[in-house]
Amino acid sequence: MEKDIQFLKDTAKELRKNILKMVCAACSGHPGGALSAAEIITALYYGEMHVDPKNPQDPDRDRFILSKGHTCPVLYSVLAMKGYFPLEELQTLRKINGRLQGHPDMNKTPGVDSTAGSLGNGLSIGIGMALMAKLDKKSYRTYVLLGCGELNEGLIWEAAMAAAKFKIDNLLAIVDYNRLQLDGTNDEVMPLEPLADKWKAFNWNVITIDGHDFNQILGAFRKAGETVNQPTVIIANTVKGKGVSFMENKVDWHGKAPNKEQLETALREIENDI
Amino acid sequence: MQTASMRTAYGEALVEAGRENKNIVVLEADLSKATKTSLFAKAFPERFFNIGIAEQNMMSMAAGFATCGKVPFATALAVFASMRALEQVRTSVCIGNLNVKIGAPYGGLATAENGPTHQCISDINMMRGLPNMTVLAPSDAVSCKACVHWAVKHKGPVYIRILRDGEPVLYEKKEDVNIENGNRLHEGNDMAIICNGFTSHMALQAAEELTKEGMHVTVHDIFCIKPIAADVILDIAQKCKRIITVEEHNIYGGLGSAVAEVISQSRPVPLKIMGVNDYFSDSGSHKDLLERAGLTVENIIRQVKDFVE
Repeated sequence: MEKDIQFLKDTAKELRKNILKMVCAACSGHPGGALSAAEIITALYYGEMHVDPKNPQDPDRDRFILSKGHTCPVLYSVLAMKGYFPLEELQTLRKINGRLQGHPDMNKTPGVDSTAGSLGNGLSIGIGMALMAKLDKKSYRTYVLLGCGELNEGLIWEAAMAAAKFKIDNLLAIVDYNRLQLDGTNDEVMPLEPLADKWKAFNWNVITIDGHDFNQILGAFRKAGETVNQPTVIIANTVKGKGVSFMENKVDWHGKAPNKEQLETALREIENDI
Repeated sequence: MQTASMRTAYGEALVEAGRENKNIVVLEADLSKATKTSLFAKAFPERFFNIGIAEQNMMSMAAGFATCGKVPFATALAVFASMRALEQVRTSVCIGNLNVKIGAPYGGLATAENGPTHQCISDINMMRGLPNMTVLAPSDAVSCKACVHWAVKHKGPVYIRILRDGEPVLYEKKEDVNIENGNRLHEGNDMAIICNGFTSHMALQAAEELTKEGMHVTVHDIFCIKPIAADVILDIAQKCKRIITVEEHNIYGGLGSAVAEVISQSRPVPLKIMGVNDYFSDSGSHKDLLERAGLTVENIIRQVKDFVE
């Protein structure tokens, strides 16, 4: 297990480097919320989900929806690392005629299961997928990654009610709780606390973890998988911009690309675990 | 004229389609008794999902259903299907070009007494503005069924504007209905009326009255407002030289605009657009509201006469 965890840590490092390189090449994008989700995404794609990069439309595959679609560099990076498309293609992010749109597009990018970008829609789409798995008696699971700022959207809570009504236990929602959104902290913009109690009040099974600790992430996935007749949400406490000292907990890095010099510093820090 | 309920036809068509195709699922926003999806719920309870009064969630869930190979019919009052959930229809359904069908009963002024919050005179405009969306507006119970069956076969998002009850029956059987091109209800070379929905039977009556006075008017019933049958519209323009459009919709952005877009770019002829003259109406009977909008047989006759060269 120790060896596995080390592999996941190394993979998350690669993921972070790819995120920063692609955002720098694009001269725009959203690094902060991509970096905060690096461990969650790594754990999903390397330790949890059943997917086959050679068969991205497999009807029996597990589904992943990046509902916080603006952080797509983290998704594109993991998809490239898994082999859905060449790593070099990451350099085409946000460029004309490219397959890597500014927000995920299911019809353009192999491995993207749902178009996203306008916040708040992903949980509803995921519930749709999960309900159809039940109707068709299929065993695939659906994973939805939500941003914390995204929880401001009323639609999230419509979906939360519906998931409990339909006893959606084959869907896992994960909140990347980095406590920052574009204009400032959650508390400044729209307070979310008590967040766990909110989900509990909507009849969800709630698991709170450190979203950068692989043991806790994998443990939460396991517990969620064992839960029946109730939807599960993992509230993953994370740090926006995680891994790069000058980006961590800085709201300015929500939607700004590093320049070449900043990129070099950031890559060095990630490599050396500073 | 014999009448039949379009919303009942919608519910019956869903059951017919659901029997033939196991992938058809229906989503409802707590109005199944009004929209008649209750008929489908009774026939196929395992494929019926009541999402509650949450149209946005319903549309995005329908998108999720469609990604799994289903043919979801998301159903809500036209005003809420087209406007409350417009962003989800655009983002979750249309950008992905997903195979979601939107059934929208109570279009136009049909919710009459409920007042302007429930009347729906902007939906065609909203839906026409969305790439990938096909926009249908049947004119009676038979064409309503035809639209549902056509939508099942069509791959991609479809909006079906449905009315309510008591619509005069214009077609004998659904095979008679030509969804893509529309149907010719009356022939004549003096002028053309292009119409849809509840106004089609009025236009037909107006044409029959005018025939008695020696004036021969073409009446063409359009079901598919987008993409509109441009060739058919241009043929009508060439033959009749003048066109009046009639619709239970704002004069901006609906059928009249769609016809104007076609003829103005290829074969300009004088055009008059009849509809709701850009105002929110009040509570009242459907008949009273139509009269206020000038959507009556008598006014159509008057407008035709005034429009003669």
